[in-house]
Amino acid sequence: MELTTIWFIVIAGLWVGYFVLEGFDFGVGILLRVLGRDEPERRAVITTIGPVWDGNEVWLIVAGGATFAAFPEWYATLFSGFYLPLFAILVALILRGVALEYRGKRDDLVWRSRMDTMITIGSVAPALLWGITFANLVRGVPIDSSHEFVGSLGSLLSPFALLGGVAFTAVFVAHGAIFLALKTTGELRQRANRFASLTGLAAAVLAVGFLAWAHGIRGDLASAVVAGVAAVALLAGLVANRFGREGWAFLGTAVAVALAVVSLFVAMFPDVMPSSLDPAWSLTTTNAASTPYTLKALTIIAGIFTPLVLLYQGWTYWVFRKRITVEPVTVSTVTPPQAGPVS
Amino acid sequence: MDTLDLARWQFAITTVYHFFFVPVTLSLVAITAGLQTAWVRTGKDKYLRLTKFYGKLFLINIAMGVVTGLVQEFQFGMNWSDYSRFVGDVFGAPLALEGLLAFFLESTFIGLWIFGWDRLPKKIHLACIWMVVLGSQLSAYFILAANSWMQNPVGFRYNAERGRAELTDIGAVLTNKVVLVTYPHTIFAAFMVGGAFVAGVAIWHLVRHKGVDTDAFRTAMRLGAVVVLVAGAGVALSGDQQGKVMTEVQPMKMAAAEALYQTEKPASFSIFTIGTLDGSREIYSLKVPYLLSFLATGHFEDEVKGINSLQEAYEQLYGPGSYHPNIPLTYWTFRLMIGVGMASAVIAVWLLWTTRRGRAPAGWLAWVALPLPLLPLAANSFGWIFTETGRQPWLVFGLLPTAAGVSPGTTTSEVLTSMIGFTLLYGALAVVEVKLMFRAIRAGLDPVESDDAPDQPDKPLSFAY
Ligand code: HDD
Ligand code: HEM
Ligand code: HEM
Repeated sequence: MELTTIWFIVIAGLWVGYFVLEGFDFGVGILLRVLGRDEPERRAVITTIGPVWDGNEVWLIVAGGATFAAFPEWYATLFSGFYLPLFAILVALILRGVALEYRGKRDDLVWRSRMDTMITIGSVAPALLWGITFANLVRGVPIDSSHEFVGSLGSLLSPFALLGGVAFTAVFVAHGAIFLALKTTGELRQRANRFASLTGLAAAVLAVGFLAWAHGIRGDLASAVVAGVAAVALLAGLVANRFGREGWAFLGTAVAVALAVVSLFVAMFPDVMPSSLDPAWSLTTTNAASTPYTLKALTIIAGIFTPLVLLYQGWTYWVFRKRITVEPVTVSTVTPPQAGPVS
Repeated sequence: MDTLDLARWQFAITTVYHFFFVPVTLSLVAITAGLQTAWVRTGKDKYLRLTKFYGKLFLINIAMGVVTGLVQEFQFGMNWSDYSRFVGDVFGAPLALEGLLAFFLESTFIGLWIFGWDRLPKKIHLACIWMVVLGSQLSAYFILAANSWMQNPVGFRYNAERGRAELTDIGAVLTNKVVLVTYPHTIFAAFMVGGAFVAGVAIWHLVRHKGVDTDAFRTAMRLGAVVVLVAGAGVALSGDQQGKVMTEVQPMKMAAAEALYQTEKPASFSIFTIGTLDGSREIYSLKVPYLLSFLATGHFEDEVKGINSLQEAYEQLYGPGSYHPNIPLTYWTFRLMIGVGMASAVIAVWLLWTTRRGRAPAGWLAWVALPLPLLPLAANSFGWIFTETGRQPWLVFGLLPTAAGVSPGTTTSEVLTSMIGFTLLYGALAVVEVKLMFRAIRAGLDPVESDDAPDQPDKPLSFAY
C-alpha cells in the first residue's frame, strides 16, 4: 500500500479514536446538569470521565500533529480555512478543560455550578462545531488552485452542515448517556439508561438522515455499506440498553461512532479536502502529502509507539473499570470563610 | 495593523502565556515525584503531606498549561498556513512525535496518578508520576527540536519546485546542535522557577504560620533553595555554551544582544547602557572588557562581528533588505534574562545561609516569598522573547522571512477576533488560576490520613474532582 494511503488511514484512525473517546466525554459534559440532579450526583458524573478526559483529548492533538507532519497542505488549508469555527472550538475546549480541573478545587456550590455551566457549554459547542466541520469536509469547500480556502464563514453554515452538527451532538449525547449508565449505580444509572433510550432514537434518526444525505453528495458503495453498519450498530446498542446490558450498549454506540466517521473518510478518499470550485483543485492524499522519506520515518516511529499508547490507555480504563457510586459530599452552600489557619 | 502584525502579536501573547505554566510543570512535577519517592522510601509523613500539597499546586498549574498548549498546536495552521506548507515536511515530525510519545504519556499517567492513590499499589502509583515526568521532558525535547530547526535548519533540502523544505535526515533534526544546548538551558531555567516556587511557598508558611508544620516546610524551603542554586549553575554553564553556538549559527543575534554595531576585537560586554541604541549616540555604558569575546567564542581576544558588517554580508547573500532584529528589545531582554534570573540564585544563597543549622527564617523573609519565583519566571519570558525576536526578520533562519509565513487567506478581522478573544480569555483565566493557587497555598498541608482507613475504591482524591 502507498505510504500516503497508510497515513490517510492513520489520520482517519486518530479522528475515530478522538470521536469515540471524547464523544462520550462531550455527552457526559452535556448531560451533567440534566442527569446530575444535585452536587453528589454531579460529582459522580464528572468522576466517570475524570481520569480519562485529558488522555482522550490528546487524540485530537495527535491528529493535528500527524496531519501537520504527513499532510502539511491539509493541515494548512483546513485550519486556516475553518478559522473562526476552530477558534470557537479552542475556546470551548479551554473553558471545559479548566472547568473540569478546577471544579473540585473549591468547596462552594456557587463556584461548582459556574464550572458546570462552563463544562456544558464547553461540551456542546465542540460537538456541534466538529459536526459542522466534518460535514463541510465531505461536501467540499471553495478551495482555489493554490490550495487556499476562499469561502466565507457563511458558506460553512449550509443546512447540510448544520444537520451534521446536530447529528454529531445527538449521537454524542446518547453515547455519553450510555457511558454514564455503564459507569454509575442506582438511581443515576437508571436515569441515564432511560435517557439514553429516549435520546437514542432521535440520534439514530438524525444520524441516518445525515449519513444518507452525505452519501448523496459524495460516496460510493463501500462508504454506504460502512455507514449502514454504523446505523445498525447504533440501533443494536439502543436495544442492548433497553435490556440493561450497558456494556454491549456502549460497544454498540462506540462502533457506530467509529464507523460513521470511517464512512465519511472512505467517501472522501482519495481526496482529503475536496474543492467545490474545481475537482482539479482538491487536496488529495498525494498532492497534500509530505515526502516518502518523512512518511517512512513517521511510519516506523508510529509503528513502535502506537501499540504502547493503546496498551497503557487501555490499562487506565481497566484500573478505573468500577462503577462510581454517588456519595454524599459535604459542601457548604455559601462561600466559606477563607480556609487559612492563622492570619 | 495588518494580518501579519496581528498574527505575530497573537503568537507572542499565546506562546509567552503558555510558557508561564510550562516551566512550573516541568520542574514541579519532578520535585513532587522526588518528594513522593522520599515518602515511599522513608515512610515519613512529612514527605507524604508535602507531596500532596505541592502535587495539588502542580495540578492547578498544569491544567492551564494543557489548555493553552491546545492553542499552540493549531495556531500554526490557522495563522501561519504558508509557513506550515513550507516547513510541514520537516517541522511536523517532531510535533507529531511530541503528541504521540509525550502528551499521551503525560495525560494518561496524570489521570492514573490523581485518581490512583488508593487504587494502585504504592510503587506503581509512584511510577505513574515518574512517567509524567518522563512525558514532560520528552515534550520539551521535541518541541525544542522543532524550534531549534527554525533557528538553525538542518537535515533538509530545499525543493524549489514545491517551494518547501523537505526532510532528508530526521536524526540530524533531533540532534541539531542548537537543541543540544537549548534543551539543558531551558530545563535548568525551568528548575530555577520550580525550586523558587517551592521555596517561596514554604517561606511564606514558615513566617506567617509560625509553629505550624515547621519541620516539613523547612525541608521544602531548603530543598527549593538548593534546586535553584544547582539549576542556576546549570543555566549559566549551558547559557555559555548556547552563546557560542548562537554566534556560530546566528551571528546577527549575538551582535544584536550587545547592540554591537562595529566589529570589535576583543569585544566587551556592557552591563547596561544609557543612550540611543540605534548606535548613533551612547551617553553612558558600564562595560566589562573581553567578556563578550569570551561569551561568543570562548576566547578572550577574539573578534565579534558587528551589526553593520553582518548586514552587508547578508545583503550580498539574500538581496537588499534589513537583516537585523529590533535592537533595543534584544539588548535589554538578554540582560534582563541573565540579571533577573541570577538574582533569584543570589536570594537562594542568602536564604540557605540565614537558615543554616536549624535557624528560623527571619520575619522579613516573607517579603522575598513572592518575588523569588517571579524572578526566574520573568527571566524565562525574557530569554524566549530574546530568542524569538532575535531571529527576526526570519521565521526559519535564512530560508523563510516572517512576512512570507502568514496565512494569505485569513482576514484581519478574523485574526483580530481570535487575538482579542484569546487575550481576554487568558486574562480572565489568569485571575482564576492565581486565586486558586493562593487559596491552596493558604490552606497549607492536609492532615495525614491514617493508613488503615478502609479501602474506598470509588472515592476520588480530595484534590481530584
Ligand atoms: C531562569 C531563566 C534563565 C536564566 C537565569 C538564564 N537564561 Fe538564557 N534563556 C532562558 C532562560 C534563562 C530561556 C527562556 O529558557 C531561553 C530562551 C530559549 C532558550 O533556549 O532558553 C534562553 C535563551 C538564551 C540564549 C539564546 C539562545 C538562542 O537564541 O539560540 C542565550 C545565548 C542564553 N540564554 C544565555 C544565557 C546566559 C549566558 C545566562 C547566564 C549566565 C543565561 N542565559 C541565564
Ligand atoms: C519551542 C517552540 C516554539 C516554536 C516552534 C515557536 C515558533 C514561533 C513562530 C512560528 C512565531 C511566529 C512568527 C514570528 O513572528 O516570528 C514565533 C514568534 C514568537 N515567539 Fe516563538 N516559538 C516557540 C517557543 C516560544 C516560547 C516558549 C516563547 C516565549 C515564552 C516564544 C515567544 C515568541 C515571541 C515573543 C514571538 C514574536 C516574535 C516577533 O514576531 O517578533 N516562542 N515563534
Ligand atoms: C509553540 C510551540 C508549542 C506547541 C505547539 C505546544 C503544544 C502543547 C500542547 C498541545 C499541550 C497540551 C498537551 C495535553 O493536552 O496534555 C502542551 C503542553 C505542554 N507543553 Fe507546550 N507547546 C509549545 C511550546 C512549548 C515549549 C517551548 C515547551 C517546553 C520547553 C513546552 C512544553 C510543554 C509541556 C511540559 C506541557 C505539559 C503541560 C503543561 O504545559 O503544563 N511547550 N503544549
